[in-house]
Amino acid sequence: MSNSKLRKKNNLSNLIGMIYSLAIYTVLYIPVLVMMIFSFNNQRYNYYWNGFTTQWYAKLFTNSTVIGSLWYSVIIAVLATLISVTIGTIGALGLRKYEFKGRKAINNMLYIPIIVPEIVMAVALLIVFMKVGFALGMGSILIGHCTFCIPYAVVTIKGRISGDDYSLEEASMDLGASRIQTFINVTLPSIFPGVMSAAFLSFTLSIDDVVMSNMLSGAKNSTLPVLILSMNKSGVTPDINALTTIMILIIVIAMILNNKINNALKKRRKVEGIL
Amino acid sequence: MNPKSNFTRKTLPAIAMAGPVSLWMILFVALPMLYIIYISFMSRGVFGEVVYEFSLDSYKTLLDSTYFKVIIKSIRAAAISTILCLLIGYPFSYYIAKQPKEIASKLIMLIMIPFWTNSLMRLNSWLLLFQTSGPVNKFLQYIGFIESPLNLIYTDGLVMVGLITSMLPFAVLPMYSSIEKLSKSLLEASADLGASRITTFIKITLPLTFPGIISSIILVFIPSLGIYTVTDMLGGGKVLYIGNIIKNQFGAIRNWPLDAALSVLLIVITGLLIFIYTRFAKIEDMEVL
Repeated sequence: MSNSKLRKKNNLSNLIGMIYSLAIYTVLYIPVLVMMIFSFNNQRYNYYWNGFTTQWYAKLFTNSTVIGSLWYSVIIAVLATLISVTIGTIGALGLRKYEFKGRKAINNMLYIPIIVPEIVMAVALLIVFMKVGFALGMGSILIGHCTFCIPYAVVTIKGRISGDDYSLEEASMDLGASRIQTFINVTLPSIFPGVMSAAFLSFTLSIDDVVMSNMLSGAKNSTLPVLILSMNKSGVTPDINALTTIMILIIVIAMILNNKINNALKKRRKVEGIL
Repeated sequence: MNPKSNFTRKTLPAIAMAGPVSLWMILFVALPMLYIIYISFMSRGVFGEVVYEFSLDSYKTLLDSTYFKVIIKSIRAAAISTILCLLIGYPFSYYIAKQPKEIASKLIMLIMIPFWTNSLMRLNSWLLLFQTSGPVNKFLQYIGFIESPLNLIYTDGLVMVGLITSMLPFAVLPMYSSIEKLSKSLLEASADLGASRITTFIKITLPLTFPGIISSIILVFIPSLGIYTVTDMLGGGKVLYIGNIIKNQFGAIRNWPLDAALSVLLIVITGLLIFIYTRFAKIEDMEVL
């Protein structure tokens, strides 16, 4: 009898937990849904709902300011991802494998851009750039983005390096493979999922970044988030809603594909392991 | 083995691999941080230039009532948002951690997906919802709860909504992973020994998940303290935090030493919290994303 009572109690607390979680998910998804709904709003500025239209999805591509800043953001994000993942991958391997003086200091330094408020890093870089006369623009934004993407990449990839990778590397070199051959054929495949998630993380961090881009951009071009921030006084126009809706769809599809590839790789590794 | 082969075998690859990341960290993290501390002890000239003489002027300015008020307001807002994130997030994390592993990882994924949307656009949605002619006001008028629309935007309250909804996942993830690691047998043993659910929670669950709670505090409190996008978007220039002050100094006023001093203040608060954190858990355990 006490058992059925306990089950009842468990069922009740489970139900409360479910309703509570559902409420939180609702609050988290409301901004995304509202953003999407207002991309179909038939009004120049989003003051209230004024009927359904798809015109912003077409007009978006004729708005050169928006498309220009989108490209600027994408180019910076792609470059920042490439640089961060390259430096982050070899860096994570190097920092795990080799003992050297100051390794601990570098490892600790990696946590600074992750933990310290971004505005502090941005101001510090800006003051240094202005002091040495480094022109603000794509270069400075890129350096800013890489400064927080590299630590995330190193931390993500480091977590994926397991102990037995070293013995595989040694075996490969003992069998006569060069260091570079070993890296491409042995090391890289084993840490590939980590590299992929580091790339995904770097890209999303860079393309969504406001603080670094805003502080370190020159007078000429601005990234999409900086453009949106500058719009907030007059109101963000619905074409930006349309663009953001397209972007979130692309990111979700990319994420699903990434998961599929990772799972396929895992399966292949398992099969090879059995053989 | 002669020293030359040791060089090509170990030193050279070590430099090639750990070199770039080390160089980047020294050039773009360590040096700028040290330089900003140095600048904070300089003073501002008449035309906004930096006067390179030691002075405590900028730190004294921080104690001026205008700046001091903003600092206190920021710290209070960050503290409130942290406490609310913990209170809202802990039961949520607990519920997710108690689900079967497969479902739990999907539920965690579901938390992350909204955060792939541009953060400013998500904040803008709160404006769209709560603006004078927006759905919330329309609905309240429709049901006769209010007669004329309420002024809900550009308020401290809406900024708080923005802060909490932006920061909640960073509170949930570390707490989730510490609750998930909690061994079930401990809880069962406690129940078998006659402890009530509440006693078990206070004596077992809470202390064991404390490191997770501390990580959550750090991951919510520190970014909230430096944030200026939420106040810019939802405060409409009426609500100012430390971040806004730092950003605005680079406009017409151009007071680098004051900016540097504000940044050093944020660094010191961050350092203090991390120091407290390392007393409870290893920094490597911190779940960042």
